[in-house]
Amino acid sequence: MNMDSETYKKFTKARAPKSPIIKDCLRAFWVGGLICTFAEGLLHIYKMLNMTEENAKTLVPITLIFLAALLTGFGIFDDIAKYAGAGTLVPITGFANAMASPAIDDKSEGLVMGVGAQMFTIAGPVIVYGVLTSVIYGVIYWLCGVIG
Amino acid sequence: MRVLRLNHAPSIVGYAAVVGGKEHEGPLGADFDLHDDSGKFGMDTWEKSESEMQRLALNLALSKGELSYQSIDAIFAGDLMNQCTGSAYGLLSFEKPYFGLYGACSTFAEATMLSSLMINAGYFRKCAAVSSSHFCSAERQFRFPLEYGGQRAPTAQWTATASGAAILSADGNGPYVTEVMPGIIVDKGINDINNMGAAMAPAAIDTLTAYFTETGKQPDDFDLILTGDLGLEGLSITRTLMKNEGYDLTKVYNDCGLLLYGKASQDVHCGGSGCGCSASVICGHILKRFAKGELKNVLYLATGALMSPNSLKQGATIPGIAHLVHISSEQNG
Repeated sequence: MNMDSETYKKFTKARAPKSPIIKDCLRAFWVGGLICTFAEGLLHIYKMLNMTEENAKTLVPITLIFLAALLTGFGIFDDIAKYAGAGTLVPITGFANAMASPAIDDKSEGLVMGVGAQMFTIAGPVIVYGVLTSVIYGVIYWLCGVIG
Repeated sequence: MRVLRLNHAPSIVGYAAVVGGKEHEGPLGADFDLHDDSGKFGMDTWEKSESEMQRLALNLALSKGELSYQSIDAIFAGDLMNQCTGSAYGLLSFEKPYFGLYGACSTFAEATMLSSLMINAGYFRKCAAVSSSHFCSAERQFRFPLEYGGQRAPTAQWTATASGAAILSADGNGPYVTEVMPGIIVDKGINDINNMGAAMAPAAIDTLTAYFTETGKQPDDFDLILTGDLGLEGLSITRTLMKNEGYDLTKVYNDCGLLLYGKASQDVHCGGSGCGCSASVICGHILKRFAKGELKNVLYLATGALMSPNSLKQGATIPGIAHLVHISSEQNG
């Protein structure tokens, strides 16, 4: 084949079908929006049940995590996510699915080396860099206080 | 010379294909010998299911060829799993000399080629070529957990849950493996796991052009030129670039990854892939068409992407390979 690598890469990139970004964005917007609206509704319901604001705000993500993990277990979450894309990935539902799905898959390797070790393969980097970023943010916040 | 002409061309005397539910729902569904819609084949892990598919495929190939397992001298087999455990466990009970192969999706052509060469050289009388892939075991190893909620790129391919087995023999009434050509490793700098067709197409083009140049044959000399598993994107690239090389494949060219699934309805994006894809298409569909007399002369060219999950994480490009097997109804074909 008389085509150098650079030309070939450009050739294949130019001709490959692209993801339908506008359609994907619209789907992510309405499903993601629906999840957030649902969460807001939950917050109001919990407050109506005489919970403190703080407790209600803690219980909302816990409920979303529970529901996402449950739907993952029932094999429904991935079908919704295939449609919604970032709509289910960005809210905490995506994080719950990223934890639950490897746990289901890797139970065949046992509770320790399977579920325990593999559960964090996708979500692990989010936790590591999430914590790291919060530390850096905390240091900046502290410095601002000291200087300011 | 890279084309190896087999003077004592071995005959394919038994063949069988075993598939999962999605493959059975596809356009070739009726051609497959056995299917399990759950993809589990009675096993409790996906890895064991894949091994079981190989065991079933080889057993069926032997019984369809009216052969006992004692009659085979060696098995050439491979799959996608780490250390080829799909083949090792699946073929354990046959107690035969075993050659484990890794050629990614090109494995079935590699197994057929090596079986044919060994028989042609007179070392063995009968060999089995077997390969398999399982969507669930491959996803776990190469991509994401099965229930992970993500979207696939338009150029992505679907790993087939399938296994194919063929028995090659020094005696028989055909079809025959008359020529083989081992591929060379070709890397044109593609590192997108979601566009394997583009990564493997240069290897297919290299093998095809070298074959036509050495033999002086033309695409239209064949009833069918079949790549395995370039998918829609890779097929289209191959067709376009082969035309630039002066070979028009329009009339005779197709791809196993496209034949296996009904593209739009089955949501497999660019088509099938995996060691079992071309193995099942050849052993389920193509060899049956030979038996019916619909095909007499086929160039089968299985392509493999030779990367690993770690090589991809390290940003390495994806090398491809394409092994060629010429199947003909004539021993001198």
